[in-house]
Amino acid sequence: MQRRTFLTGVAVALAPFAARATPEALTAAIKEVTGDAPLREGKVTLDVPPLVENGNTVPLSVSVESPMTSDDYVKAIHVFNEKNPQPHVFNAWLSPANGRAVVATRIKLADAQKVVAIAETSKGEFWAAHAEVIVTIAACVEDIT
Amino acid sequence: MANILVNAPKTAKKGEIVEIKALIMHVMETGFRPGTNGRIIPRNIIEDFTATWNGRGIFRMKMSPAIAANPFVSFSAVASESGTIALRWTGDEGFAAEHRVDITVT
Repeated sequence: MQRRTFLTGVAVALAPFAARATPEALTAAIKEVTGDAPLREGKVTLDVPPLVENGNTVPLSVSVESPMTSDDYVKAIHVFNEKNPQPHVFNAWLSPANGRAVVATRIKLADAQKVVAIAETSKGEFWAAHAEVIVTIAACVEDIT
Repeated sequence: MANILVNAPKTAKKGEIVEIKALIMHVMETGFRPGTNGRIIPRNIIEDFTATWNGRGIFRMKMSPAIAANPFVSFSAVASESGTIALRWTGDEGFAAEHRVDITVT
């Protein structure tokens, strides 16, 4: 067997196992939130460690530059990932009553991948930040034992 | 029923921004993992987290299976008036939990 034939065979055999959120699913999930509005980089700070040992619990915090007054505030913060089984991580809704547009939580990451945070302002603007995270022990995939 | 840990200041000055941290014990089973018998373990997650200040909604979060087990959430709020901050979690299999903390605003 030729090396090329063999490699193609391996690629075809492995393809069915790629049942995960893909960059396309990520784009689609983001589109669902932003609609046709332009998505710009900036204003959002996504704080997540670049190298994670355990993907089962990854600290993540999102903060957005905003005065948080009644005529200019962050309405929502959405977080997405690229390679977990689903692209959604969380949606959080805020108001001027929060004073600061900051949300922190802990998430699961199934693989080394990109994480995207999007802030939706009361003026209908969308700001984004992304981070690449390397995960050594993945979440979700192993069984309980 | 559920073990809950909430960290919020007991007193605050009016207009001050306070940080509220909440942790709840929950498996957050994703619904994507096979168990020891090879079958997929059904999804069991907390889907919704809300916070109210004297009944007024101040924060809401929709969670997905990608939130780590024993969900931790931290957010901030402007101390407007003395009263009660109520935190509610709801999710799969009829899960519902509530925790209240009192805050005095001077």
